[in-house]
Amino acid sequence: MKNNILYNKLIIGGLVLLFVIYNFVVYNNAAFIQEHKLSDAAIQGQQLWQDNNCTACHQFYGLGGYLGPDLTNIASDSIKTDAYVKAMINLGKNAMPKYNFSEKELQEFLAFFKAVDQTGYFPNKAATTEKTGWVKLKIKNTTDDQ
Amino acid sequence: MTSNKYASHFLVLALLSLFVSISIGVLISFQYIYPDFLKHSFHFAKLRPVHVISSVSWVVLAAIGSIYYYVNEQEQLPLYSKRLAGVHFYIFFLTGIAIYFSILIGKIGGREFFVFAPVLMIPILIGWLLFGVNYFKTVLKNIKNWPVYYWMWGTGTVFMIFHLMEAHFWLIPSFRENYIRDLVVQWKSVGSFVGSWNQLVYGISIYLMTKIKGDARFARGKLVFFFYFLGLANLMFGWAHHTYIIPSQPWVRIVAYSISMTEWIILFKIIYGFLLNLPQKERQLNTMAYRFLVAADVWVFLNLIIALLLSIPAINYHTHGTHITVMHTMGTMIGINTMILMASVWFIISKLNPDCYPTKWTVFSYKFLNVSLFFFLLSLGIAGIHRGKWMLENDGVSFTQMQMDLHPDYVFMIVTGIGVFLGLLVIILAALREILMGKQ
Repeated sequence: MKNNILYNKLIIGGLVLLFVIYNFVVYNNAAFIQEHKLSDAAIQGQQLWQDNNCTACHQFYGLGGYLGPDLTNIASDSIKTDAYVKAMINLGKNAMPKYNFSEKELQEFLAFFKAVDQTGYFPNKAATTEKTGWVKLKIKNTTDDQ
Repeated sequence: MTSNKYASHFLVLALLSLFVSISIGVLISFQYIYPDFLKHSFHFAKLRPVHVISSVSWVVLAAIGSIYYYVNEQEQLPLYSKRLAGVHFYIFFLTGIAIYFSILIGKIGGREFFVFAPVLMIPILIGWLLFGVNYFKTVLKNIKNWPVYYWMWGTGTVFMIFHLMEAHFWLIPSFRENYIRDLVVQWKSVGSFVGSWNQLVYGISIYLMTKIKGDARFARGKLVFFFYFLGLANLMFGWAHHTYIIPSQPWVRIVAYSISMTEWIILFKIIYGFLLNLPQKERQLNTMAYRFLVAADVWVFLNLIIALLLSIPAINYHTHGTHITVMHTMGTMIGINTMILMASVWFIISKLNPDCYPTKWTVFSYKFLNVSLFFFLLSLGIAGIHRGKWMLENDGVSFTQMQMDLHPDYVFMIVTGIGVFLGLLVIILAALREILMGKQ
């Protein structure tokens, strides 16, 4: 019985040690891409995004609610110009309510959308699937895939 | 000394949370076909957080109530501190009210699962710490060779505390300023948070099987411990299938791909082995508890197939960002977690009221719930296939047009969702009545 308890403790201890190392690496080296710090305006835009719970309906990288469209690459959408996006936010459409953001706040939203857009693609239509089931993503602003 | 009162309090609160969750869930689903519905008063961004936090509360509170009951009442272990259990309950109760209030006045956290103002995480963490102290002090003092469920409840609690903190690392500038890092850590914490409550819930399922079967060796076998360690590894390293599509480090995704394939096999193997070996006489006892465990077994099997497929990057690529993800979430949340927790609630009811037998209505609702759930998941799967096709192949079709094209899928989803609501409603009301009668 003592042996069993000792084995259990050793296995859990080993897993926890691996977990600590793993977390350290993930926290310091999560992104495959070269990341640029969000600007102050983008951080304000992100805060507005959170305060208004935009993620309830919208997604970035497919993560969020499904009532509205994914906005990962809205900043580089040639049809949805800045003026279009600002109008959409304040006028609403379909299930999206009207908001009353100031011009400064709308600019902060745009700065946040641009920062997200620079990190990658969703959907990643240029991704390639390998025989192993692995998907090689197309990475933005580089010639590398991963 | 008994914690029976607080165990029952937690269970009542859990059942009320489930009621709120399913009521709001049905209400907001109408916005998929009537976009103007409640748009100007309680729009989706305001009501979805209520639905999400109520669902999470149901799982967490039912698990806590069950564990308090099993440790103190069923196992007759003198609780380290009854007062701590009481403080824990009132902290969670008052924090719950504060969360709903903060959402209603628009003070929203805006992160997945953690939809409330971040400051409210402080009392939640204190509550978990009190639970952890009470649990470990009680169990360490009285049990030497722990069956696997004690390990699962212990590690589930410890990792719950860690991942609740990790979910708020975004408040640290170095995390927040790097978008991909922030996104990866956010979904790492969410995935592992779910893994942590799975430890609590799956521990409860093993406890129930042990008690219904009357064989304590079941929870001390080498095989069950092997699966427990695999589950723990999944909790720690298997979260990244949420983030396959994010440009994160490939090794993180490879680790997750390799390890996440194992998790569902774990519970399936355990439950399947249990059901095969259960004598007919024992099957007739604890009838509702046994029924819900049987249902969980079937849903584990179905979700096993879905989970394994979604963990393959080539398939995940087509399903990520579609309702197929919701299908998987609902399948695990209702099909597995809710079925196991309902088994626990009804097991406890059978102890509180030994003369309690489920009514015909309760049994019918149980069947109706499971049939409705099957079609509800099917509707989400169909909607997901259509959305995925639009997402990857759309040729100038707008989002609005795609949503209109999905109208029949959404009608199917709402009708079957109402079926799930009605099935659960009868079971919740019956369980509440029995618990409240049992307390008198």
